[in-house]
Amino acid sequence: MLYISQTALELGFLYALAAMALFLSYRILDIADLTTDGCFVLGSAVSVTLAASGHPILAIPAAMTAGMAAGFVTAFLQTKLGVPSILAGIVTNMGLYTMNLMVMGWSANASLLKSETIFTLFEETGIGGSWNEAVLAAAATLLTGILLILFLGTRLGLSIRATGDNMDMVRASSINPAFTITVGLCIANAMTALSGAMVGQYQNAADINGGTGIVVIGLACLIIGETILGRRTLIKGAMAAIAGSVIYRLIYAVVLYTKIMPVQALRLVTAVIVALAIAFPSIKNWILFEKRKAATRKGGN
Amino acid sequence: MLDLKHISKTFNLGTINAKTAISGLSLHLDAGDFATIIGSNGAGKSTLFNAIAGAFYVDEGSISLDGKDITFLPEYRRSHFIGRLFQDPLKGTAPSMTIEENMALAYLRSSKGASPFSRISKKDKVFFREQLSLLDMGLEDRMKQPVGLLSGGQRQALTLLMATMVPPKLLLLDEHTAALDPGTAGKVLQLTREITARERITCLMITHNMKQALELGSRTLLMADGGIVLDVSGEKRAHLTVEDLLARFKAGTGRELDNDRILLST
Repeated sequence: MLYISQTALELGFLYALAAMALFLSYRILDIADLTTDGCFVLGSAVSVTLAASGHPILAIPAAMTAGMAAGFVTAFLQTKLGVPSILAGIVTNMGLYTMNLMVMGWSANASLLKSETIFTLFEETGIGGSWNEAVLAAAATLLTGILLILFLGTRLGLSIRATGDNMDMVRASSINPAFTITVGLCIANAMTALSGAMVGQYQNAADINGGTGIVVIGLACLIIGETILGRRTLIKGAMAAIAGSVIYRLIYAVVLYTKIMPVQALRLVTAVIVALAIAFPSIKNWILFEKRKAATRKGGN
Repeated sequence: MLDLKHISKTFNLGTINAKTAISGLSLHLDAGDFATIIGSNGAGKSTLFNAIAGAFYVDEGSISLDGKDITFLPEYRRSHFIGRLFQDPLKGTAPSMTIEENMALAYLRSSKGASPFSRISKKDKVFFREQLSLLDMGLEDRMKQPVGLLSGGQRQALTLLMATMVPPKLLLLDEHTAALDPGTAGKVLQLTREITARERITCLMITHNMKQALELGSRTLLMADGGIVLDVSGEKRAHLTVEDLLARFKAGTGRELDNDRILLST
């Protein structure tokens, strides 16, 4: 059980990077970026392929650059060519499937056999003892989170936040929304790719289907975290992504361990959680409306 | 200062819904001019503002500001020197960002060349506080609060401050007090007077209040059918009454001035 929760913690921190990317694209920029699934695989494919050829450390910035490029394509499609934002993500995602196969040498998966990874390198330093993988995952995620929050307080960061908050205002102020959307999506996808890159080296493998559902799972993590921590401030929002992701992986581990339901059923549960959480305001309004109608009928007027 | 030469704009050109919103309009404003604009519904007042601000490019004619041709300059580049307020007080500020952050965004205009990675400095904060206290609304003590918590009037006053904090070359006011209650509207209008006078900002203001149109500023423009049908200033304007204005409109266009809100507020 300890082993399972340790693994859950590690995966929680690693996948938290993808949840944080969604915090940036979905919560701050108000764009549902469907590039995420393919971008996650892109990150792991680049990372595993490079690590296999002996460059585990170089693999990380390379994967992030690849992710950034994917984000740029999506942003270019929507800001310059007028493709609706959801469709832009889907189109890029589709193209990424081929790109990912290409990165892995036209194979559906790539693996690391006895190659060094950032995790084995970190283990050799002896920091964190038997928890070294969790320490590295947590450090990477927390550092990224801190950098993200610092960035969002800069002039450029403020402009990106305003773009998602009030488009009318941005148009009338000296901010170019095409530029801020592009920067925002590039950063978000670099973070998603970083998540994929770390997970790839952690699991010693990349798989063409490894990113399926990352977008919905990431949103679920975000929603779980926000339910607990709230999302009033930026720091709480970023913390929510991390906390939610760890909790999600713990739930996953419990389901796996206790077998209270088949693990495959978790996807359906996740989908329902996300749908319900996003539908919550509508459901609340509908209930209030029905109550109001019932009250009128009872009052007889 | 501002020079519009024969500008025209037709929406949905080449379709059955083609509508000419502005046709061959020319206008010259001198530095420090404050002109009010009135006109019926659909006269092209807001379209004129959109054309000047760059929400779209005009089909014909040219626009220059301070000797610089801005006809094909995109909207976000023009907003470096054109400030704008809308009727909807929610349009000018970002609700989930704090007052301080909103002001920092507005302050971006002045900071050409500053690093995009620089943060709000102590000095900026002191300056923002000073500016906010001029509004006399107690907002200087709420700088860390999200703007979404403010009332419509407070948000509009803040937007006005943000638009003029770095004095723009031209300020466009599109019925910016129309959606506020009378008390708040008076306050925002008073602030508008003070700020434009203090900074000597060239200003165009759309209003539906005829009295206001004749009292505020130094010049009154009457628009109809995408053009300017009356342009009065100085001595002539001082003696003009609301009734004269209505009569002049009828003489110029052969119609009554049919802006429902104008009739209600005169």
